[in-house]
Amino acid sequence: MITLTDFMIVSAVLFCTGLYMIVSKQNAIQILIGIELILNAAILNMVAFGKYDRVNNGGQIFALFAIVLAAATTAVALAIILNVYRKYKTIDPGRIDKLRDE
Amino acid sequence: MSLVRVLFYLMSFIAIASALYAASTKNLVRSIFVFFVTLFALAGLYVLALADFVAVTQVVIYVGGILVLILFAFMLSGKETLDVMQQQKGKFLSLAKLPAILLSVAFFIVLINVIIKADADNLTWVKDAINLKNTIAPNDVMIDNIGVNLMTRYLLPFEAISILLLMALVGAAHLSRKEGSKA
Repeated sequence: MITLTDFMIVSAVLFCTGLYMIVSKQNAIQILIGIELILNAAILNMVAFGKYDRVNNGGQIFALFAIVLAAATTAVALAIILNVYRKYKTIDPGRIDKLRDE
Repeated sequence: MSLVRVLFYLMSFIAIASALYAASTKNLVRSIFVFFVTLFALAGLYVLALADFVAVTQVVIYVGGILVLILFAFMLSGKETLDVMQQQKGKFLSLAKLPAILLSVAFFIVLINVIIKADADNLTWVKDAINLKNTIAPNDVMIDNIGVNLMTRYLLPFEAISILLLMALVGAAHLSRKEGSKA
């Protein structure tokens, strides 16, 4: 049988990969992919622990909520990225350094 | 070694390898498409954790929705971003990436320590659940139970998240409107 520790180790690896992407990438879309990886690592943990909650299904239902939240986050983030691209002609977060309008 | 375990190792290997490839490649398009593979492998892992409904939702929402959205945003943001992406120099293990690698490796070591110390399989509530037969068996059908729970026990979070989703979608539609077409 697969133990909880196995799932947690896989999710730790995914989390650290996402962390690396967020810190090192110079491209807003790849940073977004890193955030999605971290969210998926959390969902994997919730689903793995949800196996031990047959009556209330807490883990699985909150995993579903997390998936919906990820969808909402992505929609808003991509709208922001499109706007930033329209203004700056780049999506490198390091070069977006003006708060006010031109 | 049972078949479930072999499948678990296969799925987690695919997920981790494709995630690492998505993190290391410089090509944005390749990174997005490899992320597809990661999400599919994760859906397989959810099935192995006996959460088939969550796995199907993952495929429908993540692969069908979010990734198509990311591809759209990438394609709408024009050719210039692609050119900028191609001329980024430096390898995976370049000096500029070293702090990020150090950070994530250090965090990974901390996480592994925590996981081993936590010893999740011997937690009291997990043991109680096993003793009380409160665990999901592989041949259980949980979908009706999830539906009933969603409409009774978790009704308040469900409504809250529906309003949040509505606000996020309206906000996204407003943000991505063209500047000139103010009606």
